[in-house]
Amino acid sequence: MRFDCVSKRFGPLAVLDEVSFEIPTGTAFCLLGRSGTGKSVTLRHIVGLVTPDSGRVFVEERDITALTGRELGEVRKHMGFLFQNAALFDSMSVGENVAFPMRRHTKMTDGEIRERVMTKLTGVGLEASYDKMPGDLSGGMKKRAGLARAMALDPALLLVDEPSAGLDPVTAKEIDDLLVETKRGGTTLVVVTHNIPSARVIGDDFAVLHEGRMLVHGTLQELDASGEPLVQAFMRSQGGG
Amino acid sequence: MGMAGWSTVDRVGARTLGLFESVGALASFGARAGIEAFRPPYEPREIARHVYQFGYRSAPLILTAGLAIGVVLSMHTRASLERFGAEAMIPAGLAIALIRETGPLTAGLLVSGRVGAGIGAEIGAMKVTEQIDALEANAVDAFKYLAVTRIIALMIAMPLLTLMMDFAGIFGGYLAEAAVSGMSWSLYFERAFTFITYSDLIPATLKTIVFGYLIAVAASYLGFTTSRGTEGVGEASTRSVVMGSMLIILGDVVLVKIIFFFYPPVSG
Repeated sequence: MRFDCVSKRFGPLAVLDEVSFEIPTGTAFCLLGRSGTGKSVTLRHIVGLVTPDSGRVFVEERDITALTGRELGEVRKHMGFLFQNAALFDSMSVGENVAFPMRRHTKMTDGEIRERVMTKLTGVGLEASYDKMPGDLSGGMKKRAGLARAMALDPALLLVDEPSAGLDPVTAKEIDDLLVETKRGGTTLVVVTHNIPSARVIGDDFAVLHEGRMLVHGTLQELDASGEPLVQAFMRSQGGG
Repeated sequence: MGMAGWSTVDRVGARTLGLFESVGALASFGARAGIEAFRPPYEPREIARHVYQFGYRSAPLILTAGLAIGVVLSMHTRASLERFGAEAMIPAGLAIALIRETGPLTAGLLVSGRVGAGIGAEIGAMKVTEQIDALEANAVDAFKYLAVTRIIALMIAMPLLTLMMDFAGIFGGYLAEAAVSGMSWSLYFERAFTFITYSDLIPATLKTIVFGYLIAVAASYLGFTTSRGTEGVGEASTRSVVMGSMLIILGDVVLVKIIFFFYPPVSG
């Protein structure tokens, strides 16, 4: 996955200004930064929900900014996206939410889908919530259900927006552990967060966005040793979410 | 950017341009829906689900309203025709009024209120809670899945609901007439359909396919363009009813003119 000189403006506001980075397959890339610095917009570029004003975004060696809707759909089938508020379909049960990508993009039978959904829900500790509606779930359960849906087709690339935002420390750690487990399974992760302890657990590679530009990009050790005051402040912080 | 410091001409100009922009965007949305409807995937399950939601679940409202309108129309028709000693024409007069115009238009307005508001609110809520983005991220064309399926479903449901409205109205008229004159159902039915031809029933019923299209396009468009959280969702719902009702009333003028052109007997 590669960002090549991507710039994006919303009106007069430059959200991304010639941002470039590359993420090796099977690693976890943590994108850090203060609120409103373009982290979520970066994720949305990767999945093609936002188109850059200039620059290119490569996923699986394909420039997704140049793809047709149908071609983009094919690339998206290899991605999972966990939204900050989970974005579960509120007219469907938790089980149906997780089954949704399988029903749309595979030829599995109803029985096979149910079995696989149960496996995914068990993986996130929600095996008893198959028939519950999203409105009946707590914030942490929604996030876990969202993660199960994002992982439904075993994507090669998983995009995660603020995994621990609004969660208690125990639930946040459970989500972190799930993401680490996912990475071990060979999935490439792109995680947007401002929770540094969480990023330290999940990440292999880190970058800090500030005012639309990439302030620093490197390993945990490189960021810890950075002379940038903002990076130092971030890396020393213990809280988040 | 606000309009503070602008002259009246600037304000009127900006608002007029804004109106043209909105009309253009709505027309473009509707045209896109028309094109996408013929491209796979055709989403038959979603369409069937919406036909059930919009059609079957609107039936009690339509039947009740139809029955009441039939009773009221019958009373008015009797009051008018009695003066000329033409009470025998009451069933036919009522049936013609209902089938040609009152049934289709009233059904359209009721569906705009019930279904249009629902579509606007549902899609709007999905927009502000990122569910539309989640559909796209799951490699599903949200426009097709949410808007096109609803538009097709309402185009199917609308004529069926109109027929329900027509026959409920005629039955309501019979009840009112039976209460006053004791007329039998078979006689009432025979008199009601004496002057009705297929050129009365078919064009007037089929024009509601266009009503269904207009209501669903307006509501889907407003849902997809919702912003500002729950307040925006409420606004999308309200505006869906207003815009849908306005479009079908204006559309009706054009459609009646077209029907009169192709079926002159309808104009009497």
